[in-house]
Formats: sequence, structure tokens, C-alpha cells
Amino acid sequence: MSPTVETLEAMERPPVTMGSRIEGELLEVSIGPQHPSTHGVFRMNVALEGEIVRKLKPVFGYLHRNHEKIGENTSYLGSMPYTDRLDYFCSMTNNWAYALSVEKLAGIEVPERAQYLRVILAELTRLQNHASLLGFLLNDMGAWGTPLMYAFREREKILDLFESLSGSRMMCDYMRFGGCRCDTPPGWMEQAKKIVDRFPRFINELEQLVVGNEVVIGRTQNVGVLSPELAINAGITGPMLRACGVNYDIRKVDGYGFYPRFKFRIPLGEHGDSYDRLMLRVLEMRESLSILQQAFAQIQPGPIVNPKVKIRAFRPPAGEAYGRIEGPKGELGFYLISDGGPNPYRYRVRPPSFINLTVLEDLCLGNTVADVMVILGSVDIVMGEVDR
Amino acid sequence: MIGTGILKGMAVTARNFVGSYFDKERLITVQYPEERDPLPENYRNFPFLIHDGDDQHAGLRCVACKICEKECPPQCIYIVKSDDKKPDYMGKPQFYPKVFDIDISVCMSCQICVEVCPFEAIKMDKDFELSKRERFDALLLRKDELSKSNEYYHKIHPIEAAAVDKNLADAAAAAEAKKKAAAEAAAKAAAAKAASGGGAGSFPGKLTASPKAEIPGSTSARAPTNSLASSGSSSTPASS
Amino acid sequence: MESLEQIKARIEAAIPEAKIELMPNPGPANQPSLLIDNEHARDIARFLRVDPALRLDFCSNVTGIDWLDRVVKKTVKVKTVVDGQEKELDQTTEEKTPGYLEAVYHLYSMTHKHGPVIIRLRTADRGDGARLPSLTPVWRSAEFQEREIFDLYGIRFDGHLDLRRILMWDEFQDHPMRKDYCEPDDYEWEPTPHDDVAEKAKQHYPPRPQLDGAEKITGQEETLKH
Repeated sequence: MSPTVETLEAMERPPVTMGSRIEGELLEVSIGPQHPSTHGVFRMNVALEGEIVRKLKPVFGYLHRNHEKIGENTSYLGSMPYTDRLDYFCSMTNNWAYALSVEKLAGIEVPERAQYLRVILAELTRLQNHASLLGFLLNDMGAWGTPLMYAFREREKILDLFESLSGSRMMCDYMRFGGCRCDTPPGWMEQAKKIVDRFPRFINELEQLVVGNEVVIGRTQNVGVLSPELAINAGITGPMLRACGVNYDIRKVDGYGFYPRFKFRIPLGEHGDSYDRLMLRVLEMRESLSILQQAFAQIQPGPIVNPKVKIRAFRPPAGEAYGRIEGPKGELGFYLISDGGPNPYRYRVRPPSFINLTVLEDLCLGNTVADVMVILGSVDIVMGEVDR
Repeated sequence: MIGTGILKGMAVTARNFVGSYFDKERLITVQYPEERDPLPENYRNFPFLIHDGDDQHAGLRCVACKICEKECPPQCIYIVKSDDKKPDYMGKPQFYPKVFDIDISVCMSCQICVEVCPFEAIKMDKDFELSKRERFDALLLRKDELSKSNEYYHKIHPIEAAAVDKNLADAAAAAEAKKKAAAEAAAKAAAAKAASGGGAGSFPGKLTASPKAEIPGSTSARAPTNSLASSGSSSTPASS
Repeated sequence: MESLEQIKARIEAAIPEAKIELMPNPGPANQPSLLIDNEHARDIARFLRVDPALRLDFCSNVTGIDWLDRVVKKTVKVKTVVDGQEKELDQTTEEKTPGYLEAVYHLYSMTHKHGPVIIRLRTADRGDGARLPSLTPVWRSAEFQEREIFDLYGIRFDGHLDLRRILMWDEFQDHPMRKDYCEPDDYEWEPTPHDDVAEKAKQHYPPRPQLDGAEKITGQEETLKH
């Protein structure tokens, strides 16, 4: 898998299509910010020759809220609710990434039960994210909403779990530095176990809908093929990278949290096309279920938060830290620089969707406009994270 | 044969469609507003202030310490401290808020104000049917709209309210016990002094054992007992 | 993975004119970084990517940082002669460090699964002409991130093929993430609890008439007049 020096040198030649001006006899179309299939306010300037895409320039920033500047003006704890709103589908993993970075910065330890709870919530988040992604992708391909509703039916069960635990379905604000905010209410574990036990039935149905379906196969196979060398160089992470065959999962590489205690496999794709990205997410859902079963078996009652951490006037020592997790969309990292004060000096989010969009043009060249939607759906972007 | 994949998918759709007539799990539509799903205990929407008893003004727990205003991330709380004091539930005179506004068009229901309040005065409400007819003044909730009684809090969050009441009762009992112990100690000291020195210089028995009132918002996360354990004053033992 | 001192030694052996400094990182995180000079940045980056022991082929994160002018007060005890007696007095010296802009690269390796190696590039000052070499030809993942740093901080990257604004719109003038950025104050006018925001906003709009005069029309007077 390791690229040779020759291929690296070859990649350093700039690709021919870079440049911001699109001109000539090509038809310029703006697949505009308001579009039902672009996963948010996202715009693509495409230059078409007939139906074939010759140039594609993504334009975003419509949802830019300057989240990093807000982070510089808010205390460490006050930034936690803002991290929910980055990738608004996966608020628990965003919270965990931020809490991990602050714990690295300040050297805080996390008790056992909190670590298990974090793993459980992160895997539940991964389940509902992949389910809704598949639903949206099938929706974009023309299955008018039915698979989306099946996926959302399962997602609602998981969101009900989040609501009874943290108080809010999506903007959970649940992790704290040194643990979690509050303990599970009575009956929550049994409810979660029940949902996880019944989830394979949904994945089986989804596989029956998707795997053999000729329309899906025709629209996604060999569409948007990404080579592993380009993926590594362009900083692609997450299911998009593993669909090309590169075995890099931060849960195994960094071993953060209690992931080393669980046995799970990393599914890898072979061709790097949209079909592989689709099927990889289905396989990842099954692996998440196995992690959840193991976590439910191992979790014990205990303290939920490190008692030495102050809630108010929390001042980590001066220094900097970069903490990252394997979010459902890729590597989500937070880079914090502290100067000893109550607010961070620099607060940076490494957004996986933003960086995964680097190769969008390369994937779409030579394909038709209809394929652009399929490729964009398989990249899995959320504008809250792309624009911050 | 080509098309078997699509047919298998159609079988799934048919199973879901027919099953929705028989299986509760497949039919998930809730006919709102005629039927409503019950909200879980922990559900939170916007904050509200608690007052004990019936009088909104006299029983208000908030002492205008302004910690929630400082910690609120979008800064939607606006407090003006009063000039006079009124007695709180333990009898100690405390400030109270003259103005307490929450702008719920800005509030993001993050619950940080609840976490940092040392006096258990602000909690999360559950009401979400809050549509108004205009965007500006109606979405700025003032103190009288925000104050709700402790019974209301018990109704919406029974387990949490029971825990809070237990905490406050424990704090009051601890303060009482400390006061009694201090009074006994002072009486013993005065008696010893009378026995030995003949009661010279009857300085009014300052309670040497009175615990210091802790600054609100000290380190522990969930400890209203610390700041409320400041004892009252009085009960000077009369020296002979 | 080798320690940062060993990596520094090997880079200096491979590229002799490079000036590299090890920046320690106080605190429990233990992530020190290497400050490299701008002329040899691309060569050093290529070495880091190609070297068989390191093989840092994954550039995970590119961050821009705005460091303001800092004044560091140092108090030193100095022996001076006062009134014929030797005394030890405190002498405070002020060290002025001029501000600069910085780009920090977090590098990992997907082949060897180690990291991070953190490298920093600094500009000379915070002025408008701040330029840094672009590392996009070495790692393509820096493409969008360097565009974002140009947009939000104003650092121009030489060698980047498509340097234009990415998050703000193209005609926007200022650089929002700088520490001395002033927000525009013509918000949509709404009465918030914080009066100074409302006052600032009111400066921009003509005073709104509370009533439009329609209440003065009663109908009867008009007909009488005519």
C-alpha cells in the first residue's frame, strides 16, 4: 500500500484542472446553494460539455459563523454547546473530540464508567449517522424518501435515547472535561440494549434494499473512483479513505478512550468507488453493533466525572494540544492553544467534511451531472462542519 | 435474471407497508396534537426561576450573584441587582434581582446556567409550545414570566426536584446543627470564664465557632450546601 | 517514532542550510514542534514525506495563528550601590516581542501509523504583505486549509495554485480571525437585553416612525373641511 517515490513525484505535478476561471464553450451551471440534494447550503460551479463535467469548483461559506473566533471569546466550558452545532448530526462525537483535546491540554483523567459511556454514545452516533447517510443517498438517487424514512425510524429510537439521557435530541452538550455531565437514568441501559439487539433487523432490510438493487449498482459502481495515493495525499479520512483500501482508523491507531479493550474489525473497500463507500458504511454499522454489545457487557456503576476538575474558572496550564477522534465522517480534531487564561488563545477545528471535499473535482471529472449528486452524497458532508 | 434485486427491494417495501397495519413498531406516526409522546424526565428547553411557596417575590431563591450571566455562552441573561436585601429561605438577608431577563431568541438551552448556580434557583423548563406573534419583545422573558413555583418544578422534574429539596433540607439542617454547636461551645466558654475569671469585661459573646460564609461558586460542581451553610448571626449567650 | 531531536538532526544533515528550532511545549500534552525557516520549508517538507523511516504522508491539520506584540516583564535582582551601601534591588526589564503570523502543520504517517510531527512557519510581521511558502505541492490536503488561512488571516501562500477566499465572499475586505478585527455594527436592529448593541445598531438606520400617521385620519373632519 505504501506509494513509491515515483508516484509521489508524479503527484507533485499540479493537476491540469486547477484554476478559478471557467470559460470557453462549456456550459456553466451553478448547482446552486438552494438544492434539495446538496446536503445543505453548498454550491458547485460546474462547466459542462453536454452532460459530462469538465470542471467543478465547490463554493461554500454560506453557513460560516466564525466558530473559531467564538471559541476564542468564550470560556472552555462555554464552547462545549457550540461544538454540538458543528456537525449537527453527530453531537456526541463532537463533544468527545473537544473534551479529549482539553483533557490532553490539561492532563485530566477520566473515570472508567465515563469512558464506557463515551464509547457507547459515540457508537450509537455512528449508527445513526451512517443510517441517515444511506437514507439521504438513496433519496438523492431517486428513491423518493422511503428508505430515508426507514433510516429515520431507527434514528428516532437512538435520538430518544439521547433525549432521555442528556435532555436534548441533537444538541446534547453531554461530555465534560473529565467525564460526562450526568449519569444514566434508571432503565436507560436496558432500553439501549433492546434497541441495539433489534438493530440488525434494520440493517438486514437495508442490505436487501440496496445490495442487489440493479439501479443502485448501475449508478454507483465505478462512479467517483478514488485512488489510495491521492486519498492519502489529500488528507481524506474516515469511511471515504477506507473504501479505497487504506487501513487507517484512528480508533485503532491512536487507541483513545477505551477502544483498545474492544475487539472489532475494520472493513476495507477495494475499488474506491461510490458503491464501496456505501457498502463500507453498512459494514461499519455492523462493527459498531459488536462494539456496543461488548461495552454493554463490560460497563459497571461508578463515578461519572473526575471530581478534581473545576466547572467555573477552569484555567488549563499554558501550552498547546491537538486531540483527534474517529468521527463518523472522518478525523475530527481540535487544536487548542492555551495561554493560562480562562479562554483559549487559539481554538481550531479540523473538519473532516471540509478536507474530504478537496478531491470532489477529481472524482467528478468525466462523469455526468447525475453522478455528481451520487458522488457528493457518498462523500458525506455536513455544512455545519464544512463552514463552521 | 435481471431485476431480481429491485424485486427484493420491493418486497421489503411491501413488508413495511403491510406490516404497518399490524405491527406497532412499523407505524411510527404520532397524531400530534391529539396524541403526544410523553417527554422524558431529563428533557430541557428554556430556563426558569424557582420561588418557594406562593409569593413570587418573597420566596425567590435567586440572590443575583450574576454567575449564570457570566457563564452563559451566548450571553442571553441580563441581571440588575437590587439595592436592598430580603431574607432567604434560611432567614439570612440576601440581595435579589431587580431585573432578570432572558432573551429566549438567543438562548440555546445548553443548561450551563443550571450547572453553575450555587443556590438551586434556576432550572430547565420543559415547555416547548412557545410560539409568539412577534419577534422582539415577546421573546424577552422578564422576571415575572420566569418565576415559577417549586410545586411546578416537582411536577415537571419529579426526581430532580426531590433531590434538590433533599439537598436544601440537608443544608438547612447542617446550618442549624452548626449554630447549635457553636452556641453550646460559646455558652461553655462563657461559663468557664465566669467560673475562672469572674466575668470581667463581658464582651458580647461573639460566636467564635461561626463558619465562614463561603464565596458562591466555589470549586465543587454540585454543592449548594457549601455556600448555604453560612449560619445566621444572633443568639449571643448572655454572660453572667 | 524517533524523538523530535533526532528528526531535527536528520533534517539538518539532509538539508544543510536549513535553520530549524525546537519549540518546547509546556504542559501535560507533550507535543513539541519544529520551527522551520521559510526558504527551505518545501525541501524540508518533501524530505519528511519521502524519508523511509518517517514517511509523513498525511498532513492532517493546517492552522493559522495570530500572535500579537507581546511585552514580557522580567524582574531581576540587581546589586546596586545606594547611599554608599550595597543593596539588592529589583530591576524590571521589558522585553518586546513583535507580533507575527504563523502556520502550523500537523503531520502523521498512514504507512507507519505514527505521528504527530508538528512544524511551524512564521512570517516576519503582521503587516499586509505576510507571505509564506505553500506546502500544497507536497501535501494536497493543505489546499483548502491554506486558502482558509489566507481568507481569515491574510497570509499569502506562494506556490498555491488557486489562492482566493473560501469561506467569506470574494469582495470581502478584512481578515476575520485576526485579533484586531472589528466587527461591523450594523446588525439587524432588535432590542436585546444588552443596550449597547442596540444603541450601536440604531446609529445606522434612520429613526423609525412609531406611527405612520394613519391614526390621524378620522374621515369626518376631512369631509367637513372640503
